[in-house]
Amino acid sequence: MSNKLMLQASPAPAFDVMALRADFPILSREVHGKPLVYLDNGASAQKPRAVIDLMRKTMESEYANVHRGLHYLSNATTNAFEEARESARRFVNARSSDEIVFTKGGTEAINLVASNLGGEIGPGAEIILSEMEHHSNIVPWHFLRERNGAVLKWAPITDEDAFDLDAFEKLLSPKTKLVAVTHMSNVLGTLTPVAEIVRLAHAAGAKVLVDGCQGAVHAALDVQALDCDFYVTTGHKLYGPSGIGFLYGKIEHLKEMRPYQGGGEMIETVTRETVTYAAPPHRFEAGTPPIVEAIGLGAALDYLGALDQAAIASHEAALLAHATEELGKLDGVSLFGRAPDKGPIVTFNIEGAHPHDVSTVLDRLGIAVRAGTHCAQPLMERLGIPASTRASFALYNTHEEVEALVRGVARVLEFFR
Amino acid sequence: MIDPDLRDLYQEVILDHGRNPRHFGTLPNANHEAQGHNPLCGDRIHLFLRVDPSGRIDDVAFEGKGCAISIASASMMTDLILGKTVTEAHSLAAAFYHLAKGEPANEHADEEDMERIAVMSGVSQFPMRVKCATLAWHTFEDACAREAGGGSAA
Repeated sequence: MSNKLMLQASPAPAFDVMALRADFPILSREVHGKPLVYLDNGASAQKPRAVIDLMRKTMESEYANVHRGLHYLSNATTNAFEEARESARRFVNARSSDEIVFTKGGTEAINLVASNLGGEIGPGAEIILSEMEHHSNIVPWHFLRERNGAVLKWAPITDEDAFDLDAFEKLLSPKTKLVAVTHMSNVLGTLTPVAEIVRLAHAAGAKVLVDGCQGAVHAALDVQALDCDFYVTTGHKLYGPSGIGFLYGKIEHLKEMRPYQGGGEMIETVTRETVTYAAPPHRFEAGTPPIVEAIGLGAALDYLGALDQAAIASHEAALLAHATEELGKLDGVSLFGRAPDKGPIVTFNIEGAHPHDVSTVLDRLGIAVRAGTHCAQPLMERLGIPASTRASFALYNTHEEVEALVRGVARVLEFFR
Repeated sequence: MIDPDLRDLYQEVILDHGRNPRHFGTLPNANHEAQGHNPLCGDRIHLFLRVDPSGRIDDVAFEGKGCAISIASASMMTDLILGKTVTEAHSLAAAFYHLAKGEPANEHADEEDMERIAVMSGVSQFPMRVKCATLAWHTFEDACAREAGGGSAA
């Protein structure tokens, strides 16, 4: 099952985390005089030298606009840009690179789909979201509620913070047009059973969009096996640059979809009277795209793709288990996210200390975490907490860093007691 | 060893106001109120004022949820503005914004008041936390411009 991130029972493959850390220049810096312990990967991941070098090389020696010029540099840059699209195709295992639309990130990818499905999601049509969605997978659907009279339905989580598949199934009806669900919660770490959700939704005649902004980075992906209609993700959480992401869409859907924005590159012909549009994916890429960023994303995906995905998943699962166990031992620390199937995110609160205060103290110890509502207000409401602190792990984190976090949290407890 | 900047930010008096906020609750006969919200982090302040006809703040209360800095700042603010005229309190708010950003304060505020708000000056070393400290004061300014009971739950 491709959406299971954690490996169990198999012996951990050899995984040289120190060698990998050497690929990420920023990890050797200090913050407030302490070695950086970067545990805010769920917000944005750090970049390997392969990404930095290729982006610099592109700008230094092989840059021009894409899909326009007939000169050498334009051709070379276009090839690199389209190779990045092929890297994205390979990364999600799409059938064709025509199914990969570059966007400026996950948010734009969701908005692109939402603006297009407007035609088929009219008054009374239902969209099912999970309670765990990030605002970027809520607000574009609220637009359809406001503009088209669509109805939003909320698939709950169980008391163990897992996606409630039974409750979800009961929400499905012939009125359901779309299911938009996260692959992995950015707060709870919960992994959703994407393949089962897709199977049930398709049986009810609904399309499925999967928000993979958190989930894509932690395991090998196969959109064909998942059979989802759309999968969106963002570059900067995949060790690539910000300002670039992509939408995977089944080609039969993309062919039916209207352009999202008008401009250059997305047309076939323009006359005074009429316009005809280019085929997907270019139809959805009006204007000069983020060229260097797309090439950098390609480098990130190639970097990640060359690593042993199972070894990464196993390493991250071990970090998660370590942090969960050690933080759980501290009096006054409550942990959120107990789903059996979850990615490497630990969200917690400390009695007597607001997440902001926790984050400020940890920061002075060189430890970067996220504090706040995590752009998931409906989930915070469900959990009955105004905010929380989140440590999110990446392939380059170490068990020493988990221990630094635990010592830091113990320090916070002492400080605010 | 704990970082000296942290001790500066979280002085005992601030931790005390954070744990035991003064004037915490609602004010049924308030004639001004406002809610302040920091959507990025979830801090919420609901401030109630009773201003007498001469423009003096003769009662104040607040409710809220938030970090030690935002709650302590709100609590200390209620202590400071109680008994002042709205004009005096506005001038103190302006002094507070300068202080929180580490800028020289304006000279209009009372010296003793300046000493009291100076407890919060450590926040200027933590740029990300300035908005936590100023939330209460912005909510105060908002409340001055609003009548109480504008449909919001007390």
